Amino acid sequence: MAVIFERTKGLTPVSTHYCPGCTHGIIHRLVAEAMEELGVLDQAIGVAPVGCSVLAYKYFNCDMHEAAHGRAPAVATGIKRVWPDKFVFAYQGDGDLASIGTAEIVHAAHRSENISVVFVNNAIYGMTGGQMAPTTLVGQRTTTSPLGRDPKQAGFPLRISEMLATIPGATFIERVSVDTPANVRKAKRVIKRAFEIQLEGKGFALVEVLSTCPTNWGIEPTLALKWLRENMIPYYPLGNFRDATKEEVSDGQ
Amino acid sequence: MAAKGRVTFSQDLCKGCGLCVGVCPVKILAMDRESINAKGYNPAYCVEPDKCIACTNCATMCPDLVIVVERL
Repeated sequence: MAVIFERTKGLTPVSTHYCPGCTHGIIHRLVAEAMEELGVLDQAIGVAPVGCSVLAYKYFNCDMHEAAHGRAPAVATGIKRVWPDKFVFAYQGDGDLASIGTAEIVHAAHRSENISVVFVNNAIYGMTGGQMAPTTLVGQRTTTSPLGRDPKQAGFPLRISEMLATIPGATFIERVSVDTPANVRKAKRVIKRAFEIQLEGKGFALVEVLSTCPTNWGIEPTLALKWLRENMIPYYPLGNFRDATKEEVSDGQ
Repeated sequence: MAAKGRVTFSQDLCKGCGLCVGVCPVKILAMDRESINAKGYNPAYCVEPDKCIACTNCATMCPDLVIVVERL
């Protein structure tokens, strides 16, 4: 008899504040397991964002730092430059990274800061009550777009991974999803690869994880995964957008 | 013959989201409508423990690390 799945040491033994069925819990576990398997828990410093995952510092079993809204990549930059031997990651949501923090993430990628970023995209502002985010899909109803997002008024949803992949300094950009067990397992491999890139000193890596918000989408957790699959993945296709460690990228020149 | 497994639920951690129930390939998980846990939810449980094949799908999808899986 062998235990083949148990709680990772990378997470503190507490229950999270996340709503039932929120995939933040899954993504926290993947990040923690990746750190545990790479043996970097003792030297890891995480940067928590503002948003639903604002309390991430309570859950990751490593040193953590809180950042102002959207500024996690800037804080992570500072920490990494002072402590280049530490493993530094930022964990951000789409309300944080894709709107108020767009400047920080673009320039962190542009400078190819040797940090890892986990970007959780659930197409809505969760913590503040389900308002429209830059990543909200066209036609998606939120508390601030009750008739559905109108691109004439609010523009089209922002594809962060595709945008960052055009930046020469970005070393590794990939989008994954946690809607099925197979995709969760794949997401873990990708997150681990992104972390390895930092340990190898190869520069900026970002993993975008498509996530759900059952509470603010107003559907039950299992249907939220189905909604993600049918609506988000067609607009936010999964896959690798840039891996400068594998091949020479033309950088658009 | 398929592998045999055992799933153990820390029911007081469960938030009753049901993600584990939908991904079980042998359909042996359900929400326990007869009991309420410390958080006030109907927790998930294993209806037919003998049929578990130790695939770890349930634990992979659980956002709250409720489930421990053993291979027998």
